[in-house]
Amino acid sequence: MSFDVARIRADFPILQRKIRGKPLVFLDSGASAQKPRQVIEAMVRCMEARYANVHRGAYFLSEAATEAYEAARAAVARFIHAGDPREVIFTGNSTAAINLVAHSWGRGVLQPGQAVLVSEMEHHANLVPWQMLRDEGRGIELRVARVTDAGELDLEDVAAKLTDGKVGLVAITHMSNVLGTVTPAERLVRMAHAAGAKILFDGSQAAVHRPIDMQALGADFYAFTGHKLYGPTGIGVLWARLEHQERMPPFMGGGDMISLVTLDRVEWAPPPAKFEAGTPPIVEAVGLHAAIDYVSAIGMPAIEAHERRLVDHAMRRLSDIEGLALLGHAQDRGGVFAFSLDKAHAHDLATLLDRAGIAVRAGRHCAEPLHARFGVEAGTVRASFGLYTTEGEVDYLAEALTKARAFFA
Amino acid sequence: MFDDLRDLYQEVILDHGRRPRNFRRLEDADRTARGDNPMCGDRLELFLKLAPDGSIAEAAFQGRGCAISTASASLMTETVTGKSAAQAHALSDQFRALAMTGSCPDCGEALSEEMERLQPLSGVHEFPSRVKCATLAWHTLNAALDGAKEASSE
Repeated sequence: MSFDVARIRADFPILQRKIRGKPLVFLDSGASAQKPRQVIEAMVRCMEARYANVHRGAYFLSEAATEAYEAARAAVARFIHAGDPREVIFTGNSTAAINLVAHSWGRGVLQPGQAVLVSEMEHHANLVPWQMLRDEGRGIELRVARVTDAGELDLEDVAAKLTDGKVGLVAITHMSNVLGTVTPAERLVRMAHAAGAKILFDGSQAAVHRPIDMQALGADFYAFTGHKLYGPTGIGVLWARLEHQERMPPFMGGGDMISLVTLDRVEWAPPPAKFEAGTPPIVEAVGLHAAIDYVSAIGMPAIEAHERRLVDHAMRRLSDIEGLALLGHAQDRGGVFAFSLDKAHAHDLATLLDRAGIAVRAGRHCAEPLHARFGVEAGTVRASFGLYTTEGEVDYLAEALTKARAFFA
Repeated sequence: MFDDLRDLYQEVILDHGRRPRNFRRLEDADRTARGDNPMCGDRLELFLKLAPDGSIAEAAFQGRGCAISTASASLMTETVTGKSAAQAHALSDQFRALAMTGSCPDCGEALSEEMERLQPLSGVHEFPSRVKCATLAWHTLNAALDGAKEASSE
């Protein structure tokens, strides 16, 4: 299937609507992406015809729902080239996935005296859980690798912070939600493993923009979320090697995560059920499955190529705008652009763009330390692309920014 | 493209946003308070000098913020100068009603001139995500008058 952006846009009902009388130009997919009809309909079909609780009832509907839920797990496994569907744990979102690792592996496996290494460009979701772990008084240190002025990960600093062999876990973004920077994941895996550390990637942005392959990457943990991947909210994924899952104590206790319970003792269910206490996001899993089928039919390489064209186009158009300062100029980057404009505060700018029908995010995008690093505590405006974004929309954004600057001048 | 935004960004707001009045630190302030809007990173520090009778002799501020929050703080320092603490609190209540609803039917005559000066900010009520930008300075004023050190518009 060739990449036909007009046809793709026709799949997204919300893109047909007008905002304040103007066609919607949705440039906030990095926060949450819009949903294609295929996802919406799959979830409706599930609730209308195939819904019951999973893993419990010996009746037709429960078996059908269980089959659909486990089929979603298998679809995720294929999508990320996992070695085994059991490596896929369903969570609520990326934040929940990372917190699961911090709570379970961080408290059960990581030892006092060991350190966690993150970077300055982490989303709070991959920073705060580790700060909480550090602050518990278990003797876990938190190290922070620097970001260069170009907005790339400072690999020399990463290497320096790994040399003493104390780092037990490297937890790093695969693609910055502010700078658009794609980190050199394969190289980071080699560096971490050579230093005796495990490695977790926050793939919330990366998994949406390019093909990912767990077997080729060789990481230990990988987290991403459904709602940025054109799927529903309420479902995320933690990919974790089975050997790690075996060693990890459960994070939450409840139903569906046990194999035996008496009043005196409990035996845990095998992975990944051990980490999925309670009724899971069943309808959401079905929706995520549909989203994966949707992007897979288009092809992640085709989506990546489309976004590369858009990124090149946006770089040209945005750099033409007087007074616009882009945050980060990484060589390898995806369709996320944070910038400030000399005459206008980010929030004023977002209000103006909204009047033109353009949805962008203003603020610090859950990455306050990164904004401090670049001296833009007041925040930036962020435009982020999806597979439905067009060059025409980028042009319209550039035109609106030029007019907005004149408005405040 | 943005003509219909002139209600929100009236000339007086753009002017106070670009060139805020009383934008300085008062080294010998009797009261100071810091205001934060954690959602957007707006931050301001308010300084008050009080007269012997407790009224506001001088008001000034520093900080960073969008045009709305800067203009609101600037206009506030102008309107509360010379007011008693009770009058300043009353203005604060009335202004917040204006920012949230666009009018203040219960405002009465007592501070009508001051409210007239603040009227250009009433357009913010149509932008729910921006109301807090306009009210941050006033939350901070209440905190300073009450002797608190910090205010948040969250």
